[in-house]
Amino acid sequence: MKDYQDGYIKLALPKGRFLSPTASLLAEIGLGFQDYSDRTKQYRLRSARFPGLSAKILQEKDISIQVAVGNYDLGICGLDWIEEFLVKYPAGALAKMSSLNYGEGGIHVVAGAESGIASLDELSAGRSYRIVSEYPNLAEALALNLRMRRFRIFPVWGAAEAYPPENADLAVLWGKSGMDIATQGLIPLRRLLPVTAFLIANRESLENKDLSQILACFSSKLTDEPQTSIENGFDISEALEVSSTLWQAKEINLALPDGHQQPPTLQFLKRAGLALQGYSEEMGSRRPSTDLDWLGIKAIRPQDMPLQVANSNFDLAITGEDWLREHLYRFPSSPVKKLFVLGFGAVKVVAAVSQEMPVADIYELRALVQSNKFAPLKVASEYINIADRYLQDNHINPYKLIPTWGASEAFLPEDADMLIDNVQTGKTLEQHKLKIIDVLFQSSACLIANKYSLASSDKKEKMGFLTKKLRAGLR
Amino acid sequence: MQDLLPGDMLRFRRIEDVFRTCCRNSGYQEVRTPTLEYLHLFTATGTLTPSMLSKVYSFLDWDGWSGERVVLRPDGTIPVARLYIDNLSGQELARLFYVTNIFAFEGTGKENRERWQCGAEFFGGDKLAPDVETILLAEEVIRRLGIRNVGLQLSHAGLVKALLKELKLSPGEEAKMTNRLLEGNWQALTKAKSARPEVDRLIAALLGLKGKSSSFLHNLRASFPKASQDFKSSLENLLSITTLLDNLGCSYTIDISAIHGFEYYTGICFQFLAAGERIGGGGRYDNLVPLMNGDDIPACGFALYVDPIIRLLPLEKEKKGESGILVKGRALTPEIVKACFTMAESLRDAGHTAELDFMGRKESDYRWVVLVSEKDPSPFTLTDCVQGRQRDAASMAEILKAVSEG
Repeated sequence: MKDYQDGYIKLALPKGRFLSPTASLLAEIGLGFQDYSDRTKQYRLRSARFPGLSAKILQEKDISIQVAVGNYDLGICGLDWIEEFLVKYPAGALAKMSSLNYGEGGIHVVAGAESGIASLDELSAGRSYRIVSEYPNLAEALALNLRMRRFRIFPVWGAAEAYPPENADLAVLWGKSGMDIATQGLIPLRRLLPVTAFLIANRESLENKDLSQILACFSSKLTDEPQTSIENGFDISEALEVSSTLWQAKEINLALPDGHQQPPTLQFLKRAGLALQGYSEEMGSRRPSTDLDWLGIKAIRPQDMPLQVANSNFDLAITGEDWLREHLYRFPSSPVKKLFVLGFGAVKVVAAVSQEMPVADIYELRALVQSNKFAPLKVASEYINIADRYLQDNHINPYKLIPTWGASEAFLPEDADMLIDNVQTGKTLEQHKLKIIDVLFQSSACLIANKYSLASSDKKEKMGFLTKKLRAGLR
Repeated sequence: MQDLLPGDMLRFRRIEDVFRTCCRNSGYQEVRTPTLEYLHLFTATGTLTPSMLSKVYSFLDWDGWSGERVVLRPDGTIPVARLYIDNLSGQELARLFYVTNIFAFEGTGKENRERWQCGAEFFGGDKLAPDVETILLAEEVIRRLGIRNVGLQLSHAGLVKALLKELKLSPGEEAKMTNRLLEGNWQALTKAKSARPEVDRLIAALLGLKGKSSSFLHNLRASFPKASQDFKSSLENLLSITTLLDNLGCSYTIDISAIHGFEYYTGICFQFLAAGERIGGGGRYDNLVPLMNGDDIPACGFALYVDPIIRLLPLEKEKKGESGILVKGRALTPEIVKACFTMAESLRDAGHTAELDFMGRKESDYRWVVLVSEKDPSPFTLTDCVQGRQRDAASMAEILKAVSEG
């Protein structure tokens, strides 16, 4: 057996939904990654069997991009993220190798139960469609192929199912089955693709590098026929019956954060005297309610709120100052306004580099980039616009931005030189042998509003009532 | 992406000049549309195909939080149709022309992502004369540019659409077939066997034969009496146009596959080929203006593709030799520099091309060279580069006189 150099072959492995089935597969084919499990705290793994093989655990969304740009030779991720990349960059360096025969559900086009859209073949030529999706490229390709005359794509970080029918006409999202989608009050119109795990490869690596030992391990266990979960005939009228949740237009619409900002937000609203039903992580309802019958509430991702408030989908929202700033840097004349900070969810947005890098601050880093040592500087961030502005303001030139979906620290030092991300204590950065070289700003939860709603004669009074009530929750 | 160098720009300007002159002489007026347009202008059915739309440069503007995208103009005709609807729809008839760049992603490296077009559009009027007028206008420009061995190919979008209907495909299948044809895959037609052998025979005839005169269409009409009404009326329309072209002595071939990329054509389609490359094309698009919420105005037009035409024109040298004058300063003293600038300005005022030099350049490219020094009493030396003679002069007036007299 040939001995490869250390780190000769790099493999990108998924966290999240495909972690445990992928771990089982790797154990079965004997790649020697014993530490790849739900409990692992590290991102970097070494193969106990192949000395030349190393792996990194990444977000699935990042894997197709990272393999395509050549940071990894091989990767495993869902077909949804592969197609999201390929539909936009068909000539890119991403090669689909084979289905790994596990996965669940599919990517569906759905409409709200009361949207009046029962089929994609009967879209009206005269109207404009709003499509919400975590997969903006797939959504755009769909709109173009359906020959939609006018459409707007709302890319979201998550919770796409919460938007139709009031805040979007169609959504492109993952669902276990048509029936499962129907129980969420949505009508499944078309399944675009099944979500199975795939082995992918960088084209250039395939053409130039000897990956044969690793590929042989995979092919020993893989059948040629990919099993895709075939859904039985699905009756749309059945879906209509199941999705009986009645939706009513509300005068004022408020967006509350889902995820880890939920508990402190709930505490805050309690202090303010706003009793909510169905707003807790266990309940998982996207539409909590209050005794104010004119108030509509939805739980969505804080990242998506400024754009949704700008679009008048919501009048008010509780989000972070970081995400408001990210939005305003992209859309400087946006009609979103910060009303007041709420005093929880405090983080610092920082620039950090590897402890090995011989710089103490951004000025030294600039000198280092100028001396061509790290040119272009690769910067990983989930705040693309903030990072872009920061790098320009500090005359870092040249640089490359790597968009991430959180956990940017996994990228350093191999796949990025610097990160711009939020930290609470800085402990995580230290654990990953990183150091902070600059604090960009402090951020905490805040209440934002649409300027036009604040000025609207119809809404002014109730907006005033609500903001006054929320202000009472401030300590 | 590519630079246009001085040699390219000379040819570019020549194409533009010939095109502008021909258009103006025929009563066309020049317009210019913005580089940025809204994406929805191009997404309606019957405008650009999905495969073209997948290559446009679209993005969110700085105020694009509503999700409305803007696009770098991917096509010349649609923006001019919008301009007509927005500003000139009161006019019953509008002849417009433009020189513009269009943008489309190109991954093969064979073409540019930014391409230039000279286009003319005819809005309103009846349906026959404008078709012939635009074809002849395009032909005139090409002829005046001196491009030889240019082939004119004619097709008819109505004819193709009627032919597709004869295949009796499902709506989805028909849409797929249309896209294949628009992308240039005409062999797909032969693979779609229809239930009626007559239709197969018709397809084979249209794909296999290239008519050289209206007689070909007469023959077709006689051979396929059972063709649909739509097919027959499109055939009649093409017949009238070709008969007119025959009478005007314009030669062409009828090639059903001479439609390229655009879905908005409804009637005659034509393209010009030279040295195996498409150098221009156009046709009738009667549904575009109503589709874009304009009145029911018929229209037709064409565009010439500047980039391949540049490659076909001979490289010309900037003709400095005939009239160019080099004004040389012997030294960089304030007096000499001032005298050189004044000298050059007087020469330019008199209609000459005057170039300055203080670096001691080679003089061969010029008709005259004026050397300015501090010599008294005659600070100017005039060299006649053609006759190889030299003389001293005391004043600028003397130089001007000598140069003007040749």
